Amino acid sequence: MTAIIEVSRLVKRFGPKVVLRQLDFRVETGEFVALLGPNGAGKTTFLRILSSLSRPTLGSVSVAGYSLPHQAASVRRRLGVVSHLPLLYGDLSAEENLLFYGRMYAVDKLSGRMDEVLEQVGLTNRRRDLVRTFSRGMQQRLAIGRAILHDPEVLLLDEPHTGLDQDACDMLDAALRQVAVRGRTVVMTSHDLSRAEDLASRFDVLARGTIQGSVQRQDIARDGLLGYYRKTLELAQNNAKNHKAEAA
Amino acid sequence: MNGFAPFMRALSAVVWKDLRAEWRSRELLSAMLVFALLVILIFNFALELESSVRANVTAGVLWVTFTFAGQLGLNRSMAVEKDRGCLDGLLLAPVDRAAIYLGKTLANWVFMLLVAVIVLPIYSVLYNTNLFIPGLLLTILLGSEGYVAVGTLLSSMAVQARTRDILLPILLFPVAIPVVIAAVKATGGYLQGLDITEILPWLNLLITYDVVFTAVAFMVFDSVVEE
Repeated sequence: MTAIIEVSRLVKRFGPKVVLRQLDFRVETGEFVALLGPNGAGKTTFLRILSSLSRPTLGSVSVAGYSLPHQAASVRRRLGVVSHLPLLYGDLSAEENLLFYGRMYAVDKLSGRMDEVLEQVGLTNRRRDLVRTFSRGMQQRLAIGRAILHDPEVLLLDEPHTGLDQDACDMLDAALRQVAVRGRTVVMTSHDLSRAEDLASRFDVLARGTIQGSVQRQDIARDGLLGYYRKTLELAQNNAKNHKAEAA
Repeated sequence: MNGFAPFMRALSAVVWKDLRAEWRSRELLSAMLVFALLVILIFNFALELESSVRANVTAGVLWVTFTFAGQLGLNRSMAVEKDRGCLDGLLLAPVDRAAIYLGKTLANWVFMLLVAVIVLPIYSVLYNTNLFIPGLLLTILLGSEGYVAVGTLLSSMAVQARTRDILLPILLFPVAIPVVIAAVKATGGYLQGLDITEILPWLNLLITYDVVFTAVAFMVFDSVVEE
């Protein structure tokens, strides 16, 4: 398998604050990786760097064979991004939003592609309705439609379940499974371990600015993802304490 | 020529999106218009001008109205992008970011000119002054272009801050002083019926400001919006 995302010794600083420290990360084509971690671990910052919205301070990042930040436009063409905000215009209808983004991404045969995407996210019958009249769940499904409109090779999802009720989460998961089935590479940050466990094929734990552990779905022990997650965080905490003690 | 078509496509998409969304909500235009009308009404009652001094004051009142109403529009136009994460959506598109800047600038210019189209006849009636002079209309075109060119850039900076509503006027008004002074002087010149040779330096200043600030903003927009 070939790596579609390769990150090596990534460092991100905001002023004196170091958010990501010497982070290494590799994703093979077609993998669905869930990036787990506590609040403030650096998950969103990491996804913003992968999506070219933020510049790395140090280290190398490449997506689909293009390096960031120098080949950002080529990376952006191959990326779809869904965040907890919908990135949609409330005063435009569902199809007008897709039309706008389709023109920005120069999507071929846009009208047909819009029909296909609206069908895929189950919003064909609401296509002419204004997005501000949509429920949060519908907006998030349309956000997925927007992100896959240009058929990206990599989909980055930043806590897509935030603020959704149970039904909306289920519908969103169904839409995400459809996307994954089509062979796209997906990296998703989440706090919802049970949903991540249902969707992803690999789980990475990000804490203290770096990847502390990575496990394939089939290698998760009997105590499940939650057990693995807790053990990894505990280990990370102990390592940090030891480093501090050594430094002192 | 290779990059020109994608550039124009992205630019027109941004303009279309802004005009379409505004046509639906009328949030931005209605706020700008109500504010502009209130300003000219307040000045009308506060100043109670004699016809001899009216021409001198009209230019100032007119540009105070345009710049304050325009600042409201500039703030709102970028806030809409930021609040729903749409600014990230725009920046994620594989297009030259200068096209996004120019698209937003063009849309803001259209909004400011629409306000002018409605304010001018009302102002003419209230102050009993003919404002439909071709040279004066050209001054409004040039002045508002320079104002939105720099305003769109600064609003994309200010929108990143929590205090964006306060920050934009603090950043914008000092930078916009040359364009406002030139626009007021040129407008006053036309209203007083001065010879074109006396107005021309101010028009030249407006054109220079427009070209320089549009070019600078065009070049630095990418760096301004990047984290």
